Amino acid sequence: MTTTYVPAPAASSTGRMLAAQTRMELRLLFRNGEQVGLTLIIPLLLEFFFNLPLLYSLNGRRIDFVVPSILALAVMSAAFTGLAIGTGFERKYAVLKRLGATALPRSVLLWAKTLAVLGLEVIQTLLICLFAVVLGWHPHGDPVTVVLLMALGTIAFGGLGLLVAGTLRAEVTLAAANLLWLVLLFCGGIAIPLDKYPHGVHQVLQFLPSAAMSDGLHRVLQHGAQLPVAPLITLVLWAAVALPAATRWFRWE
Amino acid sequence: MDAAAVQVDNLVKSYGAHPAVRGLSLRVERGELLALLGPNGAGKTTTIEICEGFRRADSGQVRVLGLDPIADARALRPRVGVMLQEGVGAYTGARTSELLRLFASYAANPLDTDELLARVGLQDSARQQVRRLSGGQKQRLSLALALVGRPELVFLDEPTAGMDPHARRATWDLIRELRRDGVSVVLTTHHLDEAEQLADRVTVVDSGQVVAAGTPAELTSSGAEGQIRFRAAAGLRLDSLQVALPVGAQASEPQRGQYLVVGEINPQLLATLTAWCAAQGVLAEQLSVERRSLEDVFLELTGRQLRT
Repeated sequence: MTTTYVPAPAASSTGRMLAAQTRMELRLLFRNGEQVGLTLIIPLLLEFFFNLPLLYSLNGRRIDFVVPSILALAVMSAAFTGLAIGTGFERKYAVLKRLGATALPRSVLLWAKTLAVLGLEVIQTLLICLFAVVLGWHPHGDPVTVVLLMALGTIAFGGLGLLVAGTLRAEVTLAAANLLWLVLLFCGGIAIPLDKYPHGVHQVLQFLPSAAMSDGLHRVLQHGAQLPVAPLITLVLWAAVALPAATRWFRWE
Repeated sequence: MDAAAVQVDNLVKSYGAHPAVRGLSLRVERGELLALLGPNGAGKTTTIEICEGFRRADSGQVRVLGLDPIADARALRPRVGVMLQEGVGAYTGARTSELLRLFASYAANPLDTDELLARVGLQDSARQQVRRLSGGQKQRLSLALALVGRPELVFLDEPTAGMDPHARRATWDLIRELRRDGVSVVLTTHHLDEAEQLADRVTVVDSGQVVAAGTPAELTSSGAEGQIRFRAAAGLRLDSLQVALPVGAQASEPQRGQYLVVGEINPQLLATLTAWCAAQGVLAEQLSVERRSLEDVFLELTGRQLRT
């Protein structure tokens, strides 16, 4: 064997690390059955079932209400539940610790995770919108505003996901992230319109990040609103709290 | 002149009320292989993890390649290879070759990943998911991950734990090649043979303190004596043997027909003994020469067995 171990240490370029790390993160996401189920299959199934007049009746075209809800759900699944569970177990199995001992800077690792979540969301959005068109969807509004809402939702939910994953045990993270996903799905303005709740409850629930994102997406995509100011502000506030909190309290091992 | 590979002075670290490291000092020269030898819980891993920048010392000074492991982490990481004790510590869903290529992508001049995988005997497991590897295979992957960036210093925490004897020998060969090529190596072990076989110098640690340090030869020969045992017919004339032996050697018959010569063991002593037996017409059976091993050294220093 001619392998030589004569030292020649040097970190590779940030761009190369970022590309390799993002590719690995995405590959692992799509290889993980639970992640695929959570972020791709369940949203598409719910898109189909919520379009059936089962739980409640709605005025207007049902699919035009359902699609913004499902887009909000997709962002919550990828940026919050999926990211929290994935990162929680990486922490538990010392992956984050091990990566901390390589030339990969933590900032590049976090950017890679962000890019992987964004890449996943692009795929989710494409599949959800394609399926929606098949179901007879008529989108309204400005796509740029839609992207802005989803991006802000990603930052807010991503920060919350990392906060949970970085502070709780992996098993607790798993339970908490799934439970919150379910609670926010039904009480956070995604599956059930908040105006179906009593007025006082509605006033409180509308400030949840899921409700703000869902409400904003409904206003734009369903009703063609220009700039849904209140939901945007709510999401900015959540992001402004969640990201610094995650940075402050995240434990790498 | 370059700074030492590792320089630790008066390192102290406690976990709550439990002191893990109590005033430990050591120095590793460039290109040298130092074995940190001691029982479980001696403070080996804590010391090494402080050098790796994972933990902060309570007090004392640590310099790795002349740099501070925490403050200068960004500059240090690419130059140091790390093998953690808790296994691969990496994406368990990734395939073996994917993971090695990922780590190679962090380095500007990585080793050839296929060649390295073959070198650690994992070429047949290249497409296997890391979670399906055996304990020994994970250790070998972990070693490859530590080396792929061509570091100038590697920390190997219990590198052969969980390996079968064959893999263990192969890993020893690889570690010798690292030394040959000028890589500085710090390894922890509680296997004496590993330290004796590989190390330029051994630092024996117990209860968070250095109890002995030196080359394996120094540690096993300093002040200590060895012994020769043999069996022969009962009642040999020990007074005659004693006259023949060099000054300082002591002959005795602890049990009938079993003889013991204690003294500084060298070829001369052995020749004298066998010549005396030949002159007496005595056939010495089961003759064995026992030098002090690191195990004896450790037992003497701490009053405890190394392996618990």
